[in-house]
Amino acid sequence: MAHIAGLPVTAVVQRIEIHKLRQGENLILGFSIGGGIDQDPGQNPYSEDKSDKGIYVTRVSEGGPAEVAGLHTGDKIMQVNGWDMTMVTHDQARKRLTKKNEDVVRLLVTRTNLETVVRQSMQ
Amino acid sequence: MCFGIRTDSLRSPFLGTEVAEPALWLPGPSNSKRGCRGLGGGEEEEGEQQSSPSLRQYSGYSYKSGHSRSSRKHRDRRERHRSKSRDGSRGDKSVTIQAPGEPLLDNESTRGDDRDDNWGETTTVVTGTSEHSVSNEDLTRIAKDVEESTPPDCKRYLGPALSGALGLFAFLTPVAFLLLPQLLWRDSLDPCGTPCEGLYVSLAFKLLVLLIASWALFLRPPRSALPRVFVFRSLLMALVFLFVASYWLFYGVRVLEPRERDFRGIVEYAASLVDALLFIQYLAIVLLEIRQIQPAFSVKVVRSTDGASRFYNIGHLSIQRAAVWILQQYYSDFPVYNPALLNLPKSILSKKMSGFKVYSLGEENSTSNSTGQSRAMIAAAARRRDNSHNEYYYEEAEMDRRVRKRKARLVVAVEEAFTHIKRLQEEDQKNPREVMDPREAAQAIFASMARAMQKYLRTTRQQPYHSMEGILQHLQFCISHDMTPKAFLERYLTPGPTVQYHKDNTAGRQWTLVSEEPVTSALREGVVFALKRMDFSLVVTARRIPFLQVREEFVDPKSHKFVMRLQSETSV
Repeated sequence: MAHIAGLPVTAVVQRIEIHKLRQGENLILGFSIGGGIDQDPGQNPYSEDKSDKGIYVTRVSEGGPAEVAGLHTGDKIMQVNGWDMTMVTHDQARKRLTKKNEDVVRLLVTRTNLETVVRQSMQ
Repeated sequence: MCFGIRTDSLRSPFLGTEVAEPALWLPGPSNSKRGCRGLGGGEEEEGEQQSSPSLRQYSGYSYKSGHSRSSRKHRDRRERHRSKSRDGSRGDKSVTIQAPGEPLLDNESTRGDDRDDNWGETTTVVTGTSEHSVSNEDLTRIAKDVEESTPPDCKRYLGPALSGALGLFAFLTPVAFLLLPQLLWRDSLDPCGTPCEGLYVSLAFKLLVLLIASWALFLRPPRSALPRVFVFRSLLMALVFLFVASYWLFYGVRVLEPRERDFRGIVEYAASLVDALLFIQYLAIVLLEIRQIQPAFSVKVVRSTDGASRFYNIGHLSIQRAAVWILQQYYSDFPVYNPALLNLPKSILSKKMSGFKVYSLGEENSTSNSTGQSRAMIAAAARRRDNSHNEYYYEEAEMDRRVRKRKARLVVAVEEAFTHIKRLQEEDQKNPREVMDPREAAQAIFASMARAMQKYLRTTRQQPYHSMEGILQHLQFCISHDMTPKAFLERYLTPGPTVQYHKDNTAGRQWTLVSEEPVTSALREGVVFALKRMDFSLVVTARRIPFLQVREEFVDPKSHKFVMRLQSETSV
C-alpha cells in the first residue's frame, strides 16, 4: 500500500463499531495504538510499507470492547468517527479516540488480507 | 575592647611575640617601640611618616557652607596642622588645607565609633571610684601598649639559629675528618693515589650540592612563629645530631686514637657521612615541603563577625602549620573586615525589645517568678505581630539606592577628571612650565573628584581605610601607568582583601590559635579550631576529601548513532 503523495488513497476497509466500556471514571476501548506522523515508521511490525506513518493497532486486550467488535492486531485505522487517521500525530490519534463525551467510536480499518478476501469473493 | 586578649592565649602561648596590627583607622603613631627585628627589616612603619614631605604642594578643597558650622570646631582643632596654602591655580576650588596624614572625612558622626582620641570625651561611663581602679580608657591604652611595644624579638630566631649551627657543624665535619689526619700525623699516612682523588672530587661536589640545597630550602627568614615546637623539624635536627655525633664517636675511637694510617679508608668514611647527610636532607625535603602539597583535607574558614567564608584544599599538616597556611590565604582572599558594616541599624532592632513590661506584684520567690516572667514575655513577643523585617527590607533598599547614586556620581566625576590630563607625547611642543610630573598631575585633577569620592566612601563606610594621601598616591600610581578611570576606581568600589590595606608589610600580625586538641597533632576529619584576633575570629573546620573511585568507560566514536524516537504505544 505504498502511498504517493497527492493522490487519493484507496483501500478496502471494514467498519467496526466499538462501544466504550466504563471502568471507574475512564472510558476504555481495549486496544493499543502505535504510529503517527511524528513516529518512526520503520519500527512498525505490522505495516507492509515501512514508510507508512499511519495509526496501527498494536494490541487488543482480551475480552475488551475492541475484541468484541472485531478489531484485530495489525489493523490500520483509516478513520475514527469521520476524522481522518492517516496523517495525524500519535497524540492527535489518541485524543480522537478518547473523547469523553463519545460513547461509541466508529472506525474504518483496513488490513492486508481484506483485499484478497474481497477479490476472492468477487470471483 | 581589648580585655580578653591575654586570657585567650593561655591555652597556646606564643613563643615569639609579634607586633600587633595597628588599628587601621588610627592615624596616630602605633609604632612607638620596636625591639630587635632582625631579618624582618628594621624600617619604621611607613604609613604615617611618608606623609610629612611635600606639604607645600597640597591643594585641598573647600567644604560647602552647609558643613561649615559643624566643621568649624574640627577645623579650629586642626589649626596647628595647617601648612602653607597654595593657590588653586589648577582648579576653581581652593583654600582649605587638610593635614596630610588625617583621614579625608571627619565631619560625620560615624567617626565617633572608630576614633580613639574622641573616646574620652564622648563616653559617659564612669568605671572606678577608688584609686586602685583603672578606667576603661587606661585599660585600652595599656593593652595596646603591651601589644605594640614588643619585647626583644630574639626568641623568634632561636630555633632557626640552632638548626643553622647544627647544619654548619654537620657540613664541616667531613672536611674536618679529612683535615685532621693530615694535620696531625701527616708523615705516617699511606699515600693514596687516584682513587682518593676521585673521592675528593665527589666529596667536593656532594658538599656543594648540600650547601646549595640547604641555602635554597632552609635558609629563609621565618614567616611565622608557631606556638609549639615544629615537630618534624626538631625530629630532623635530632636525627642529624645523632648521625654526626655517632660518626664523630667512631672517628675518635677508630681513627684519632690509634692514628690510623689508611688514608683512603678515612676518605671513604667521610664520603659515607656526606652521603648520609644528603639522604637526611632528602628526608627533610619530603617531610617539610612535599608531604603537605597533595591535598587531603578540605577546610572551611568562616569569619565570625560577618560570615565571610571560603573553602580551601590543604594537605597533611599539623594544626599549627595548617593555621599558618590558612592565615596566609586569609590575607589575600577575604574581603577586609569592616566593623561599620555589621549591625542592623538600631532603629530596627530596638523596637523588638521594647514590648511588654512585666511587673511582679509583691512576690518574694523571685527565681521561679523570673523564669515564668521570661517565658511569658517570650510568648507575648512571639504572638505580637513583628514588622521589623519590613523596615529592614526598606532600609536595605534605601541603602542600595543611595550607594548606587553616589557611585554613579563618583564614576562620572572621575571620568571627567581623567579627561583633563593626557600623557605628553615626545613630538608635542609644550612649555616646560606646563609639564607636570605624576604627583602634580594627580593633585591637579584630584580637586574635582574629591567631593564625590568623599561622599561615596562615607556611604559605604570605607572612609577609615582611605586617607586623602592614600587616594592621591593611588591616583598618581594610576596616572603614571596609564590606567583608565575604571581601573582607578576598582580599589574603592569593591572591598579588597586585607593585604591591600596594610601599609607596611614588616610589622607582624598577632593571632591566637584556640583549639581543643594539641596543636602539634595532625589534621583529622572533623577537627575544629579557631584563630582569634582582637575583634573577630576565624573558625576553621576540616573535612576529609572523599576517596574518588574513577572508572573507565570506552566509547567508540563509531557508536554514536541516532534514530527517530521509538514507536510509542498508547492504550486507549
